[in-house]
Amino acid sequence: MKREMTGAKMVVQALKDQGVDTVFGYPGGAVLPIYDEIFLQNDIRHILVRHEQGAVHAAEGYARSTGKPGVVLVTSGPGATNAVTGLTDALLDSIPLVVLTGQVPTFMIGSDAFQEADTVGITRPCTKHNWLVKETDKLAGTLHEAFHVATSGRPGPVLIDIPKDVQFATGTYSGPKPAASHYQPPVKGDMEEITELVAALETAKRPVFYTGGGVINSGPGASQLLRELVDATGIPVTSTLMGLGAYPASGENWLGMLGMHGLYEANMAMHDCDLLINIGARFDDRITGRIDAFSPKSLKAHIDIDPSSINKVIRVDIPIVGDVGHVLEDLLKVWKARGRKTNREALAKWQAKISEWRAINCLAYKPSEGTIKPQYALQRLEELTKGHDRYICTEVGQHQMWAAQFLGFEDPNRWMTSGGLGTMGYGFPASIGVQMAHPDALVINVAGEASWLMNMQELGTAAQYRLPVKQFILNNERLGMVRQWQELLHGERYSHSWSEALPDFVKLAEAFGAKGIICKDPKDLDDAIMEMINHDGPVVFDCLVEKHENCFPMIPSGKPHNEMLLGEAETKDAIQAGGAVLV
Amino acid sequence: MSALHIKKGSSKHSAYNLRPTFSDVQERHTLALLVENEPGVLARVIGLFSGRGYNIESLTVAEVDHTGHLSRITVVTTGTPQVIEQIKAQLGRIISVREVHDLTVEGPSVERELAILKVVSDGDKRVEALRLADIFRANVVDSTLESFVFEITGAPDKIDAFADLMRPLGLIEIARTGVAALLRGT
Ligand SMILES: Cc1ncc(C[n+]2csc(CCOP(=O)(O)OP(=O)(O)O)c2C)c(N)n1
Ligand SMILES: [Mg+2]
Repeated sequence: MKREMTGAKMVVQALKDQGVDTVFGYPGGAVLPIYDEIFLQNDIRHILVRHEQGAVHAAEGYARSTGKPGVVLVTSGPGATNAVTGLTDALLDSIPLVVLTGQVPTFMIGSDAFQEADTVGITRPCTKHNWLVKETDKLAGTLHEAFHVATSGRPGPVLIDIPKDVQFATGTYSGPKPAASHYQPPVKGDMEEITELVAALETAKRPVFYTGGGVINSGPGASQLLRELVDATGIPVTSTLMGLGAYPASGENWLGMLGMHGLYEANMAMHDCDLLINIGARFDDRITGRIDAFSPKSLKAHIDIDPSSINKVIRVDIPIVGDVGHVLEDLLKVWKARGRKTNREALAKWQAKISEWRAINCLAYKPSEGTIKPQYALQRLEELTKGHDRYICTEVGQHQMWAAQFLGFEDPNRWMTSGGLGTMGYGFPASIGVQMAHPDALVINVAGEASWLMNMQELGTAAQYRLPVKQFILNNERLGMVRQWQELLHGERYSHSWSEALPDFVKLAEAFGAKGIICKDPKDLDDAIMEMINHDGPVVFDCLVEKHENCFPMIPSGKPHNEMLLGEAETKDAIQAGGAVLV
Repeated sequence: MSALHIKKGSSKHSAYNLRPTFSDVQERHTLALLVENEPGVLARVIGLFSGRGYNIESLTVAEVDHTGHLSRITVVTTGTPQVIEQIKAQLGRIISVREVHDLTVEGPSVERELAILKVVSDGDKRVEALRLADIFRANVVDSTLESFVFEITGAPDKIDAFADLMRPLGLIEIARTGVAALLRGT
């Protein structure tokens, strides 16, 4: 249906037609006409953040926890440049976002006008695609195309830059027509390759599934199919940081997370397997460690919707380009049709071997009666929140890795973390986005004190919208992960890795009208966590933990999977000069 | 023996018998892209090459379909086979890129480039320049008593050869279009 309306009204109309219920944003001169239209309606909620970076991370949290695209509205110039970190974060983690930026009027573009920035130029490398719309008549089509591009194929952030005169002018609006787009990435995998993979799977002696964020992005159906496949075949499954929850942590065949701080059994299984089936992961350097020693004995299959992921870092034998859900469906069909075969005898031996590795208990740590060990804090958090309708976000650092190790995820879309970019300051705004999407859920951000301070202004947002987000800060008064690397790699010279002049977090919370809790004695921890859970409102929980704890296991940079460090005793001289240049 | 059929690229041995990495032979490929002719599309393509550290040896672009607003970009690039595959896959990811063809693989193809060269000389050198231009089928498109401007088309090698010959004969300026290429046959 075609209608005449202003560009600003088209924006709101298009958002409604795309089923958007929440927009995260911050106003300014170049988006005032759109804010006017938002004022005049009640279908779309606008959440006023305190910094545009917060808006983008909040939209990421919303997107990751719902599977729907997150929507952001910010002004030109500084509004747009403040969004850049969030865009890059979403690009690396394949999170669908539609970011709308205001721009100076078309007749002023290029004149260094007030708050003018070359937004499409700046964001070209950190978006999946972007547009500068110079005619109101093209706005509706571009808005719909933006949603289509953000959510089709490998998802990602897109940006539309809308000059102010385009918002004021009148043009013709028409509704979504996704079929009209040239962008139609194929979702079905090649049946020949799928059959080849089934054949390999039937005879493999030591197979392993290595799953990633692609399973989550493919939708809940894909996680369901993965569970069916894993449980029907009895093949062990590990996951990247981004893929946690696709297969339940309580599942029989779960190996735990793999990679640099992954579990011993998961990394050893990767190293020793004879068939490695990558489903929606991308052989990231946090996963592979030393490339030429990565999983040296295996035949490798890779299922990915993005052809550029295939053979990018690791050469694979069976490449399958397609959507995880579609490919798994076909894979299961073929496997069933061929008689549901596996190499049972060998698999039993393989599982026994894995049990031996598991028995090493790689997450063991030295308990303490006097101080709260960060691992203990997370174990208690897990125990006390397990039954809840729970969503976990994290910041970036040691606490993030411990959260991945010690919390169990039973379902997809319950775990929001900055994987690819490793953005400190991600977790708090992300938790706001998650809570907006799931008002009654228990939303916890497991934070480090340093990361949390990077976007702590969002306490204002949480307070304003009465979002009961729980900020569980593992406060080691250190940039813990940096400190750990300095200890291992830089001769214990702790250059600028202290968190000096920390605020009183309780008072800080109270200053914003939120609740503050401090806890430093392990004996008080359970009660304090319960107090946090039971408080109906935002909580800042200052959990004072052991300051010098290191995160293990760890595969030192430049080392293969089977040369993992398990604890303090092994760390001396573990990283050689070649590894030290890696990050 | 593993029951698995292990293809080239996987090693059956331990970690210390390291898995062979990708080949490091440098190859030169000519890629033809069909792109939507919209502002910024060239920046997307070039930005991909610079951002990911790929080489551009030559790049030409012009709109070839005025009604559909499609441009053809011809890129000549070098890299290992793995990098070439990456470049093609990454180009294919750009939303405004409709088609990616590797003419070096799909080939054989014809490659042509146009160059114009200014040669300033007198006496024997001037005569020799004109004689060589004739052999190379270069045309004189401008002349004064002291100078010629030659126009030459051909494969890049031919233009290189012609320019090399002209250098001692007074070549002072050269402009080249970069390569345009098409598959041979139907
Ligand atoms: C924006 C940003 N700046 C710098 C870094 C590098 N970095 C990674 S972890 C880390 C320390 C984080 O400290 P904290 O949040 O207290 O977490 P901890 O490691 O102590 O648990 C730093 C500085 C980063 N990841 N992101
Ligand atoms: Mg810290």
